Amino acid sequence: MAVRAQFENSNEVGVFSRLTNSYALVAVGASENFYSVFESELQDVIPICHATIAGTRIIGRLTVGNRKGLLVPTTTTDQELQHLRNTLPDSVKIQRIEERLSALGNVICCNDHVALVHPDLERETEEIIADVLGVEVFRQTVADNVLTGSYMALSNQGGIVHPKTSIRDQDELSSLLQVPLVAGSVNRGSPVVGAGMVVNDWLAVTGLDTTATELSVVESVFRLGEMAPGGGPGAGAGAVNKESIVESFY
Amino acid sequence: MSMDLDAPVPMSGQQQAQPTATILCCNCGAPIDGTTAAGALCQDCVKLTVDVSQGIQREATLHTCRDCERWLQPPNSWLVASPESKELLAICLRRLRGLSKVRIIDASFIWTEPHSRRIKVKITIQQEAFQGTIIQQTFEVEYVVASQQCPDCMKSFTHHTFRAIVQVRQKVPHKRTFLYLEQLILKNGAHRDTVNIKEAKDGLDFYFSQRNHAEKMVDFLSSVVPCKTKKSQELISMDVHTSDKSYKFTFATEILPICKDDLVALPIKLARQLGNISPLTLCHRVGTAVNLIDPQTLQTAEVPTGTYWRSPFKNLADVTELKEFIIMDIEPVGQSNGRFHLAEATVARAADLGSNDITYFTRTHLGGILHVGDSVLGYHLTGTVFNDDNYEAIEASNQYGSTIPDVVLVKKHYARKKKPKNRAWRLKRMAAEHEEEALAGSGGQQTRRQEQEQERLEADFEMFLRDVEEDQDLRHTLDLYKARRKPEQDDEMDEDSDSGDDEVPKINMDELLDDFDELNMDEK
Repeated sequence: MAVRAQFENSNEVGVFSRLTNSYALVAVGASENFYSVFESELQDVIPICHATIAGTRIIGRLTVGNRKGLLVPTTTTDQELQHLRNTLPDSVKIQRIEERLSALGNVICCNDHVALVHPDLERETEEIIADVLGVEVFRQTVADNVLTGSYMALSNQGGIVHPKTSIRDQDELSSLLQVPLVAGSVNRGSPVVGAGMVVNDWLAVTGLDTTATELSVVESVFRLGEMAPGGGPGAGAGAVNKESIVESFY
Repeated sequence: MSMDLDAPVPMSGQQQAQPTATILCCNCGAPIDGTTAAGALCQDCVKLTVDVSQGIQREATLHTCRDCERWLQPPNSWLVASPESKELLAICLRRLRGLSKVRIIDASFIWTEPHSRRIKVKITIQQEAFQGTIIQQTFEVEYVVASQQCPDCMKSFTHHTFRAIVQVRQKVPHKRTFLYLEQLILKNGAHRDTVNIKEAKDGLDFYFSQRNHAEKMVDFLSSVVPCKTKKSQELISMDVHTSDKSYKFTFATEILPICKDDLVALPIKLARQLGNISPLTLCHRVGTAVNLIDPQTLQTAEVPTGTYWRSPFKNLADVTELKEFIIMDIEPVGQSNGRFHLAEATVARAADLGSNDITYFTRTHLGGILHVGDSVLGYHLTGTVFNDDNYEAIEASNQYGSTIPDVVLVKKHYARKKKPKNRAWRLKRMAAEHEEEALAGSGGQQTRRQEQEQERLEADFEMFLRDVEEDQDLRHTLDLYKARRKPEQDDEMDEDSDSGDDEVPKINMDELLDDFDELNMDEK
């Protein structure tokens, strides 16, 4: 299932939210419209947490997480950390990281098994990522951009990378990740796919500007029609489209 | 669905043909190469959605002055540009706002009907639409040509915009002096600063935007013709706080009413002062002073302007009163003064030939060029009544009363057609505005008065042209141009007016100038 949403007139939903398979973080906004989009899809499935990081709303860019854990930057206040610990399930390990590149969401891109990180990240950070999130860590770039988290959206089913990524780079990345990748855009041609959308194994939220073509690419590569948490395999235009895309791209 | 990623995927020929398609166009879904695409858009969508000419005007207004046909270059310069020229294109492009932000690749005019008052320009521009994507776009801009009078034309068309005026007057019934003056002004470029030139009764008005220019003109005039100038000024406005005043200056220049070949009766007192010359004299040259000659004795005298205005005198007779005489007998006396040679001649009126045998004896200064049988022009004093005080005083005086001749010969007469069509030379003319015409407006048909005026002007001009042909000294002060249409080739080019018997004097081609203004490419 892929839905479009907007956070206070901004299409960059990946900036203001963080979505994993076991929890969701949503920034505190002036209205609850953005929250209610998540609520309508995820209520009674995973906990949704209203959060701020260091008093800011750009929680999607400052944090990184997956089913097993959540990493927050060193600027996070104790109170905020406590709130997160209280809200998220006990199985999720929460760790504050001392890292110069504090926008963890921009420099780290991960699913439940693999993480692609900024090449300049510190070695301790890399170890913490591997411990807390339980993933293999690779230092990588996406289409020559070091901000892997910004230019890549990743789930356990697939991933979207920067539209200028060459086939060779896509092949290399997908062999590391062991999931299919496509190059694509969100929000009517925006290349910052990591910041323009959030995705987990059964739900993707993209910006309101995302075109039907982009949304169908998202649905097909993340296989959102088939793997709804409660529902059976979804049929639709995306299924046919996905076949053709996957065929022509791989 | 499982995806075998590790196994090598066989690439079919079709895939190799288009291995570049990596993303779908976010707008239309067409597979395109993401590495080269502009912002995840296919080329068609880029063309459809991106308008790099946005913010550039598609319509603009050009201002042109109807009278001088110059184009306004804002804010306040007026440029000369012919239609569809590079200069006009530059003016057109400069009119467009927003064009400076893009790169202009090409611009050209699209032909439009001139009466439509529209100019169309096709412009091709390039601009970077996305990072690394340059878009080239062609569009048309339509200009509306509006007319607006330029300040220069406004000045020349509006009354009272001049600051100074030079009014040149000569109170004689013909225009010969002004035709000569016109040529002098043209040769020396003295009319360059004029705002306007108008023809008034008995003279010309020169309008200037600055007082200095008018003074320069007055200086020029006083250096070429004998004249007196009166300056007057009229207060236009005054600022009482700063004592700034603006004046309008008028220079009234009057040229002496004595012309070449005029018969002059001097006041006897003045004649005594001028070297005791006989008071009945002939004006043989007008420079900055009037040069007089007594044809009886070859004595010459110069009347400077100041002397003239202290005791002004009028001419006794002018060239229109010349009569034709035939030389019956001529005998040189032997006395000479410069080019003048004294001779005693017996002449008869050309009109009297065959009817009576009246002959007149006279002494003449033209002994060098006159021969028996020649036709000559002169004043016939016997039987003419002059209403002139000076002449009456001469008649009454004991000393001079008996010396008045019957005939005063003035110049040799050449028989020629009434209006020679093909002169090998021509003069340039100045465009002066006739005041009468300007006041009356351009009516459909000329009135009888205007026709007469026109005829008189032409006759004056013809007389001036003959003077130029006959007088070498006069010619040297002028610029003569080759006639545009080449007349029939004459093998004999008589340059010397003295040498030919009845041959009309002609001007040597060496003296003529080529007119470069009207020289065309095809002309040799």
